[in-house]
Amino acid sequence: MTGEHRLARGGRVDRARPLRFTFDGHAYEGCQGDTLASALLANGVHLVGRSFKYHRPRGFLAAGAEEPNALCTVARDRARTEPNLRMTQVELYEGLVASSQNSWPARGFDLGAVNDLLSPLLGAGFYYKTFMGPRFVKGTTLWAKLFEPVIRRAAGLGVPPKEADPDHYANRFAHCDVLVVGGGAAGLAAALAAARAGARTILCDEGAEMGGALLCEPDATVDGMPAAAWVAATLAELARRGATLLPRTQGFGYYNHNFVALAQRLTDHLPHVPAGAPRERLWQVRAKRVVLATGAAERPLVFPDNDRPGVMLADAARAYLQRYGVKPGTQALVVTAHDAAYRTALALARAGVKIARIVDTRPRPAGPGLEAARAAGLPVTVGGTVVGTTGSLRVSGAMVAQASGTGATDFETVPCDLLLMSGGFTPAVHLFSQSRGKLRFDAETQRYLPGDPAQAQASVGACAGSWGLAAALDEGSAAGAAAAGSGAGRSHAVTGDHAGEGGGILGALPHGRDPARVKAFVDFQNDVTAKDIKLAVREGFRSIEHVKRYTTTGMATDQGKTSNMNSLAIAAGALGRTLPEVGLTTFRQPYTPVTFGTFAGAARDDLFDPVRRTPIHDLAAAQGARFEDVGQWKRAWYFPEAGEDLHAAVAREVRATRAVAGIFDASTLGKIEVVGPDAAEFLNRLYTNAWTKLAPGRCRYGLMLDEPGFVMDDGVVGRLGPDRFHVTTTTGGAPRVLNHMEDYLQTEFPELKVWLTSVTEQWAVIAVQGPRARDIVAPLVEGIDLSAQAFPHMAIREGRICGVPTRLFRVSFTGELGFEVNVPADYAAAVWQALWERTAALGGTAYGTEAMHVMRAEKGYVIVGQETDGTTTPDDLGLGGMVAMSKPDFVGKRSLARPDLVAPGRKQLVGLAIEGRTVLEEGAQITPTADPPVGTHAIGHVTSAYWSPTAGTPIALALVENGRARTGETVFVPMPGGAIAARVVGPVFHDPEGKRLNG
Amino acid sequence: MLLIPCPFCGPRPELEFRNAGHAHVTRNPAVDDPAWAETLFFRDNPKGIMAERWRHVSGCGRFFNVLRDTVSDAILASYKAGEPRPDVPLPGPEGEAPRIGAGDEVAP
Ligand SMILES: [Zn+2]
Repeated sequence: MTGEHRLARGGRVDRARPLRFTFDGHAYEGCQGDTLASALLANGVHLVGRSFKYHRPRGFLAAGAEEPNALCTVARDRARTEPNLRMTQVELYEGLVASSQNSWPARGFDLGAVNDLLSPLLGAGFYYKTFMGPRFVKGTTLWAKLFEPVIRRAAGLGVPPKEADPDHYANRFAHCDVLVVGGGAAGLAAALAAARAGARTILCDEGAEMGGALLCEPDATVDGMPAAAWVAATLAELARRGATLLPRTQGFGYYNHNFVALAQRLTDHLPHVPAGAPRERLWQVRAKRVVLATGAAERPLVFPDNDRPGVMLADAARAYLQRYGVKPGTQALVVTAHDAAYRTALALARAGVKIARIVDTRPRPAGPGLEAARAAGLPVTVGGTVVGTTGSLRVSGAMVAQASGTGATDFETVPCDLLLMSGGFTPAVHLFSQSRGKLRFDAETQRYLPGDPAQAQASVGACAGSWGLAAALDEGSAAGAAAAGSGAGRSHAVTGDHAGEGGGILGALPHGRDPARVKAFVDFQNDVTAKDIKLAVREGFRSIEHVKRYTTTGMATDQGKTSNMNSLAIAAGALGRTLPEVGLTTFRQPYTPVTFGTFAGAARDDLFDPVRRTPIHDLAAAQGARFEDVGQWKRAWYFPEAGEDLHAAVAREVRATRAVAGIFDASTLGKIEVVGPDAAEFLNRLYTNAWTKLAPGRCRYGLMLDEPGFVMDDGVVGRLGPDRFHVTTTTGGAPRVLNHMEDYLQTEFPELKVWLTSVTEQWAVIAVQGPRARDIVAPLVEGIDLSAQAFPHMAIREGRICGVPTRLFRVSFTGELGFEVNVPADYAAAVWQALWERTAALGGTAYGTEAMHVMRAEKGYVIVGQETDGTTTPDDLGLGGMVAMSKPDFVGKRSLARPDLVAPGRKQLVGLAIEGRTVLEEGAQITPTADPPVGTHAIGHVTSAYWSPTAGTPIALALVENGRARTGETVFVPMPGGAIAARVVGPVFHDPEGKRLNG
Repeated sequence: MLLIPCPFCGPRPELEFRNAGHAHVTRNPAVDDPAWAETLFFRDNPKGIMAERWRHVSGCGRFFNVLRDTVSDAILASYKAGEPRPDVPLPGPEGEAPRIGAGDEVAP
């Protein structure tokens, strides 16, 4: 037995395959084909959770994706614990473990329900009024520490696991001629027509089983087949024709240019997940044409206490009955403004459910549904309404009154354990709206319907406002054929259709009860009542977007699928406007929640962001290097010897380099080879310097500006020949500089014959710096005269080192005699090893980026991005001499004459000398006095600050207004412990004459 | 995600491109300071057709120009850098606004 409320036959469940599961620790049995919702209803369980704010008992409202109440947590293990799942969409499997949310200690006895009594304090705007909250004592707030956490904990959804997600997620890009979203009657017909016309077709549906409403139509036939058989035949033909069929796949986002995102659930329905199987797959589909067949969702009616367990949408009850073979109650009262509910009442009556009353809110309903109900002897009240319900954990009665004359006492209580409601149907226009299609308001039926599509797209069936099986099938077929470019669709022979049904109501039903004492829910998931919306309007909110945020209506995980139209209508009524005047709130992606895992896909852990390692990385690691992240690069930071911390290691590395020599892995330097007959002219235009007269074999420090005249990059450029330059850039700047060069080459100077090639990864670079540098490299180099006369500072030679090709630069970023050995990356490790052995034998060191920074700061060499901030000119850095203003043009030249760039008072690079041993904070502000009043204008900031092992004092570089003119003045760096005095000095702390470079 | 027609490679997903700002900004260093400031810093923000530059950075590497309707994101033309801006018809009139997310445009 799979539940005492299970019918003996009927529906699409397999009673021969019982499935055991637990809910809140209780064991139940359902069967194959059930959702968790249908299985619980088969066991008579209606109370499945507590509401978000008031902790009111809640049951199932719907049977599908729009369910607002019945959220649960499904746990396979601690890490595989998924909260906030809609029980109406959780497929049952053997051993499923689910639990309710937001109730403590139990969903039947919940202490948080005290919030319901406190509800006068928790109405619209509660969050804004409370959490901005009373401040009792200056500095501390009892409220924030004590009450707010309690309230926040009491309001909420499920709890996510703290463990990392152990599953993995797949991603697929797909292209097709026709994408059909929604596998109901309209979608199936569309896909079939498209596939028959030879179009590459993808059909997706959120359900485990395609067919949509056809799965709940046991009495209908299509083309002479029972509806379910037609579904099976259609799916078989689609598969045969090569269409991609994606059940359990939610089309959740519709983006530009017919780019549609689908989330496919792959394993959540399986009792045993195969090892290594991806859990979900993100499909990113680019479709030539899209057919939306997303259906419609029934609206609740808004009346007092319309949220008790057992109060359900009429169409949902029919789905439970006819698709799952479950009686959702024994005695039903139906309140409706739409004809379709009569069909539900008749089906329930046939299954043995007593129909206590059908209350039609319309004064003069008519049609075959009403006639059939009367013919079947079902009691019908016309022009009635429901003004309240009784019961606590399950509805026990409905207060039925006349719609006109709604006195509080003028009602009759009709006993029932199932209260079905239908406010009509809201077309699911979410994806259409996301596609930027314009919605139009159909005044006659009071619905927003798709207007002109903005992309190559068509909406068919119920989401387009159509009603009935034949209409859905024929529209779908026509749209599918048109999308495939093959003319007309076909029409279908249908019996058991309900084409004439209609009706609907928006907003709250009238009642005469004390509005302070009753709650008529609009948004069930966020506990928003009709009163809250009216209160928001009374408090002055006019925009529907503001009303939404103030009341939180439509802002829960269901995004108001069942509530938005009712809340709009209530707001419109309170504002005295029509619906179109009030406007619609935005339909946002995703249509239903999508896991982070699906979006992340493989981009996590090691694959989240590429890690770049130099060819010397492993050798440096073996030498004990600590690494730091520089962009995507791992760079050797320092090489500690036993017992050394960063400070001690850096001090030793600097002293050893200046006394003997050090080697440094500079492979991350950006490198661009600039080649062509116009290469020198191109560099003339891209750098401030003059390049024409630079002889082959010589280097120059190049300064690159952006067009507004600010320093954007720098680096040494070596000329290898008349038409060939080896350009280096900063480590982080290489892609930006190449993009900048390409931009000007392609678009401003296309007449220049120049080719640009990134060679960053092709050339590894080992800097050898220090007085003994020549002694280290000399024995390893062939074909290059290393003497100071033949190979002076700022020269470049090609030859061989350790038997492999090298571009050898004589340059220095330490102020010492220096070489930068460029070798093809594959040889770098061997060359590093050879150089390291020579260096170590002479008493030198390997040094890392920290020592490099200290040594360059001791020399006052700037780092672009540290001494510059995008508003720094060459003159600000004291590098005005690098700017060849005699050149007719270069990028940034015109801007150097801009008024702001030549105005007095610009910040200039200076050094700061500090008494004592305190190293300044980089970024610290600089003021002219020690204790400036609050609001004092800072005259500059510290850009670099280090302990200088060479000087034996702290040193700093800073940008200070009129800094060069302040040389000798004392300035102050205010810090929490008091201002630190500093004397403005030149930026070069070591060997200002530069004699050591020429050793 | 846009589908961008590279004039050299054909239609490719936006992932392969990098936007490079407005097209047809003339670089003329001979102009006076206010005009040069316009060149550097002032851009219009059209509702409708906009000429913009893209680089097929993960493809052929070329910069080119695109005419895009900023209302619909429809791409109306793509053409090589240096070519004149083609004439394309203006997008249709706004018509009755959908008012989606337009609640704050409601008159008080
Ligand atoms: Zn291309």
